[in-house]
Amino acid sequence: MSLSDTIVTIDELVAAISDGAKLAIPADYAGVSMAATRALIRKGVKDLHLVGAPTTGLQAELLIGAGCVRTLESSALTLGEYGPAPRFTKSVREGDLILVDATCPAIHAGLQASQKGIPFMPLRGILGSHILDHHPDWITLQNPFNDSEDPIVAIPAINPDFALFHAPYADKEGNVWVGRKRELINMSHASKSTLVTVEEVIDGNLFDDEKMAAGVLPALYVDKISKNTGGSWPLPFWYTGGGDDEHLKKYMQMAKSDEGFAEYLQRYVFDESTPA
Amino acid sequence: MSLSDEKKALICLIAGLLRDCNHVAVGAASPIPGAGALLAKAAWGAPRHVNILGSVTNNFFTGGGGELFDCAAQGRIDAFFLGGGQIDGEANINLMGRGDYPLSQPRWPGTFGSAYLYFLVPKVILFREEHSRRTLVDKVDFISAPGTSEDHVYRKGGPFGLLTSKGLFHFKKDRKRFSLISVHPSSSLEDILDNTGFDFDYSVDVPVTNRPDPVLLQLLDQKVQSKIAEVYPNFTETIFANTG
Repeated sequence: MSLSDTIVTIDELVAAISDGAKLAIPADYAGVSMAATRALIRKGVKDLHLVGAPTTGLQAELLIGAGCVRTLESSALTLGEYGPAPRFTKSVREGDLILVDATCPAIHAGLQASQKGIPFMPLRGILGSHILDHHPDWITLQNPFNDSEDPIVAIPAINPDFALFHAPYADKEGNVWVGRKRELINMSHASKSTLVTVEEVIDGNLFDDEKMAAGVLPALYVDKISKNTGGSWPLPFWYTGGGDDEHLKKYMQMAKSDEGFAEYLQRYVFDESTPA
Repeated sequence: MSLSDEKKALICLIAGLLRDCNHVAVGAASPIPGAGALLAKAAWGAPRHVNILGSVTNNFFTGGGGELFDCAAQGRIDAFFLGGGQIDGEANINLMGRGDYPLSQPRWPGTFGSAYLYFLVPKVILFREEHSRRTLVDKVDFISAPGTSEDHVYRKGGPFGLLTSKGLFHFKKDRKRFSLISVHPSSSLEDILDNTGFDFDYSVDVPVTNRPDPVLLQLLDQKVQSKIAEVYPNFTETIFANTG
């Protein structure tokens, strides 16, 4: 694949995500592409099926508020210290979302099953939790290797259309460095293709240095990359540091009302100037 | 005692509960447990390993987000903390929301890893600061994770006890009941009886919770504050505001 095909603008990055796509997205601490999230809202995508791997936060909150989401499959949607997510809370109250509530290791297990090309993964725990009663896909099996009664939950493979996240580096070949955030590698292996925003596109090849190579997601899995320095803003980024506390507090204020949220979108999403 | 002194006392109490552990993991939205675990490690070198989810410098996992759960399933995590918007007298916890699912009002973040870790970590400490009939209920509206399971269900772990801003309870698995161990200095048995929505075992001469060791408090201010600020800047600012 030639260079120009892989390294693209933010709008080109999200162009492939069409209405109804199933999107795997990381937890707020693992590198969220907020730049791509805003581009998706500007594009006006609809009916997304988000898979929080294993949880999600501001990214899903904004997409839900902007009317882009049909299904939220996750173990939680949390804004951490900032408190209850206002748009998510409203959406649940009004029954606007299809909720597929899971538990963190089950999301990991479903993605792992997809990575391995197998139909399901068995998982301990969960029995007696009401999430098992409500989940549309999980079933309880008898452990076939145990003669005694031993129920175990079967988690079907989760095969998203895209994994979408923010990472520190890519090279021009399309390799992406994620360090020890291996859940990003799992997400990508499990998904049909992967879209990444990065802080920096480096010269040379990430495999040239064995110390870096251990944390590389190979270009084989990566469809498109867009350079967006600070692309996780306003969330913190594990590689570069803290989030924009003042902005997040402002979000919580504005998102309390429909009007305030609409103004937030106008000011910080629709009017955002993006690098060409 | 000021509010921040009370929070510091909880951190010290938690540290004391973790001395017998080798590896303690701390999950989302848990600044007080996180500080307690780091304090225990700083004070006694036990637990030897502390993992704070969401931290970069105090998280040694290299296998991705799933490693915590694999570790728990293998018995490599000795203690973990769970909370919940509702906790009932049989130690069932609800992290999903009040009212009828899925139209919860309000909806809370969700179940996180609780439906798994509650089964697999031997010493799960339930921690919920708010001690009221709203949070400590007779029966939870939604079971994110059950306190006990039938005998044939694979279960290596479960609730050790419940710590609130008013007291400490142990959980008696065979009786499926909490038992009040101590009452914090700011509360009383009467206060706890008034504000607990479930029945529990207690003695009328239940002891007062020990005040925190000054050495621990000093260590907390000097060594632990900066570490917990990495993940919980707002929390740290609130409780350490006057300690410079």
